[in-house]
Order: sequence, then C-alpha cells, then structure tokens
Amino acid sequence: MVAVRPRRLAWRLAEVVEVVPETPRTKSLVLEVPGWEGHKAGQHVDVRLTAEDGYQAQRSYSIASAPEDERLVLTVDRLDDGEVSPYLTDVLMAGDKLELRGPIGGYFTWEAKDGGPLLLVGGGSGVVPLMAMIRHRAVVSSGVPARLLYSSRSYEEIIYRKELENLAARDSLLEVIHTLTRSRPEGWSGYDRRIDADMLAEVAWPPDKSPLAFVCGPTPLVEAVATALVGLGHDPARVKTERFGATGG
Amino acid sequence: MDELRLDGNAAAGTLGEVFSFEVTTAEYACGGCGSTGRLGGAMVYEVRELGTIVRCPSCDNALIRLAHHRGRYLVDLRGTRYLTTG
Amino acid sequence: MSEGFFSRGFLGRRRRHDERLPPGQYLEDGFPVLSAGPTPHTPLEEWDFSIVGEVDEPKRWTWEEFRQLPSEEITTDIHCVTKWSKLGTTWEGVSVDTLLEGIETAAEYVTAFCEGDYTTNLPLEEITGGKAWVANAYEGEPLEPEHGGPARLLVPHLYFWKSAKWVRGLQLTSYDIPGFWESLGYHNYGDPWREQRYWGD
Repeated sequence: MVAVRPRRLAWRLAEVVEVVPETPRTKSLVLEVPGWEGHKAGQHVDVRLTAEDGYQAQRSYSIASAPEDERLVLTVDRLDDGEVSPYLTDVLMAGDKLELRGPIGGYFTWEAKDGGPLLLVGGGSGVVPLMAMIRHRAVVSSGVPARLLYSSRSYEEIIYRKELENLAARDSLLEVIHTLTRSRPEGWSGYDRRIDADMLAEVAWPPDKSPLAFVCGPTPLVEAVATALVGLGHDPARVKTERFGATGG
Repeated sequence: MDELRLDGNAAAGTLGEVFSFEVTTAEYACGGCGSTGRLGGAMVYEVRELGTIVRCPSCDNALIRLAHHRGRYLVDLRGTRYLTTG
Repeated sequence: MSEGFFSRGFLGRRRRHDERLPPGQYLEDGFPVLSAGPTPHTPLEEWDFSIVGEVDEPKRWTWEEFRQLPSEEITTDIHCVTKWSKLGTTWEGVSVDTLLEGIETAAEYVTAFCEGDYTTNLPLEEITGGKAWVANAYEGEPLEPEHGGPARLLVPHLYFWKSAKWVRGLQLTSYDIPGFWESLGYHNYGDPWREQRYWGD
C-alpha cells in the first residue's frame, strides 16, 4: 500500500467558462481550474468571495461533475437572503475568476469500486454530490445497481431532471424515484410527501442486501432519513450523511 | 433537533488548514465516552467566525475545538483520546 | 494565495456602520444564532440556577423560585465579537445583584456555567453594580431556546459571548479560569469599546 501524503489545501483561482441555468433557482457553474488534480464523487469545494474593501465570505459547494469530466462543475441553489449564492447565480459570468479550494472531504465519497447496491437519498440541492456519483457511475459503465430517491418542492425545481430521465432510460440498473412535496403537475402519480420511513421501506433495498447509502440535503431531512434507515435495520456504518444546515448557503 | 449542526465534512476545509492529513476519514476516540468513529461522521458546529467545534455524535463531548483569527490558529484536542489517520 | 484578487461585483451584505457602535462593529437587523453545541431543551421542572464555589452557603433556585424574584426590564445595546451589534434591545431579567444578595465571598472572579460544556469567566465586579442579569425574556417574549432560553446571562457591556446562553449558575472563584472561548484565543476581558476581541488586544 502506498502512503499518500495529501497537500495542504490551497486557494486557487478558477475561471468561469459557462453559467448554465438548471431550474428557476439553480445554476451550474462550469469552471476551468488550473492545476486541478482530480476529485472523488461526493466531495466539495470551498468558494471564497472577496469584496474590494477586503471583506470576505466563504461557502461550501458540492462538486456536481464526475471525476472523469473535463471541467469542474458546481451547482448552486440561489437563496433569496443568501450572501454568496445570489452572487454566484446572478452576477458571476463567463470570464470571471472564482477563488476556491478543494477537493474537500474523503468521508462522503463513492467510486464504482466501492460497490453497492447504491442508495442515494437527496433533498433539494442535496442531490448535487449524489449527481456526481451518478455521473461517475455512468461514465465508467458501472454495473452497481443504484437508486436515487429525490425530494423536490415541485416538478420545475427538480435539478438535472432531463439528464436523470435519460440516464435511467438507458440503464436498467439505475432507478430514479421522485417525491414532490409542495406542488405536483396534473396527472402526477408519484410520491407527494416528505421522505419518511414508509417511503424508504418501499424504495430502499432490504438491509440484508447491505446497500451503501448516501443522504444529503437540509439537516432536518438528513436526520429523519438517516434515523429511518437505521430504524429499518440498515447498518449505520453504511449510511453516510452530508447535512447542509438549515438552508445551505 | 439542531438545524445548525453539520457533519464532519463541513469542517474539512477549516480542519484541512491545520492538519495535513485527510481529516474526515481520520478515526477518533472520544475522551468523554470512549466511542470511536471517523471525523466525517462527527457533529460539527461552525460558529460563524468564532470557531469550529467538532463533537462526538454519541455524547456531545467536544472532540476538537478550533479558532482562527488574525492569522493565528488555536486547536484544542483535549476532548480526543487520539486521532489516527485512515 | 491570490493577492489583490477581488470578486468582480461582489459587495457582500450591506454592513451599516454607525457612530453609536464600538469600533469595527456594524448594525444587524436580525438576531444571528451562534451555538457551539446542541440546543438544550431542559424541562422547566428540572431547571435550576445555583451560586456555588467560594461562598459560605451555596444558593439555589428552581424555575418557580427564580420567577418570583424581582425582575427588571432592560434596554441595551449588544455587541458580538463577530462584529454585529444591535441597538436598543429589550430584555427582562433578574439582576445578578439580586441573586448575590446576602452572599459573603472573598472571590474576585466568577465562572458562569451552562447546560453542556459552555463556560465564560468574568471578574466579579463586572457582573455586579447593575451591570448583569439573568434574562428570561427578549423583546417581550420568553427567551427562545436557540437564543439561550429559558434563561441566559446578560452582560451587555462586554462582547456578547460573555452573555452565556443556557446559564445554570455562577461559580465564584479566587482564580480566574478562562472559559470556553477565552481558552481558545478570545480576550479574557472582552470590552468592545477597547476592541478586546483576542488575546493580546
């Protein structure tokens, strides 16, 4: 086994290549990061903004792109009273520089060799690191069965909706299950409530299949789901969580 | 239920400024209750610019207390029996 | 490091400065919640407040007893070391002078202790003479748990980390024992008007 000595995290300047709208409230930032050494699906970066008077604000954003992708992509949810997210979604444009450091976090990561089956549970922008895992899985044509249970407020607010549809259509081992908590389109026959133990019992593999679970989103959702999964008999050591706090940033 | 608490990942950036090893996969033994785990699964309280407090998920004991101001770091590891890199 | 870099068009939150504020502070409209640990939810039947340490006889009040003590309305400015301030906040609470009434002590310092592991230290003379309260209401309403309810220490002339949330008592001591933040680089005394934020200030 080779011992790897990680380098101390350093801030670097990325260049914004493109800002891509995903939903009315979210945008993806496509970045060129000089010297980027790669990342694992599930990791995040810290982004730092500096005003002319030296004032700084810093937030963490999960990496949306697969490790195999050419460019680094972050998907940002715009919070109306946020300090950083409105800047990233409304002001930042191609050509601008963005200070960031990473990749960060070796705990909430998945690569195909980790196996599965893979249970991904996300709420709102909590789907971002899970999407990196799904994208990675697709790029390497992994045969690990995967299920994404994804909670959004409405159909229009489902991030990556089309891409998820396409990936699931092409891969019988990938299932995407949505639940819409605030409003549903006409004729919606899917789940229409917050994720709870009953829903998880229906969607998750039984504990004897020993799935690897990754749960990400607002803290209340993450805590409820993690507790429910353990209550259903899943091994706590195989349930990894990433809480976004009350709102996320 | 505390909406403010996060997972160990949230502190990874800040802890990464002090420790040169991958922090979230490091294993700790709690000085309070003796339980072990990976820091990625510990509870983190990022108290704005005051500091970062990492607590044992079993007993809430402060495993790591870290503050950073005026270019100086202060780290208190008294709540941890040991930290070992994964 | 990216020296001299700044993010085009980033202004940050509008920070309103004001002459009435101590140096380096800005006016905050909200009331930020800063917690170093889980929010306790002690049932009032289990709550008590004690004066212990270098006293002849420790004193203790249950919640019922505490609520029967004479309380005051306080209108004051508060200043957090993370630079936000609020002017004219209103509180209701029992003066620490009332709590210390009749207590004989040679102690010069006090450590406020709380639910969990939070403590803060002060010279005894900084919480006497009408400078400190144990407050149970904010803006006319019972103090919310996330802001320190059912009761917190209120010492508004010092940085607000000294106004310990979820306070459960005062320990009187001859030695000054640095508290939670004071042992992590924050100033032992914490006077906002002299901008005493960190050690050495």
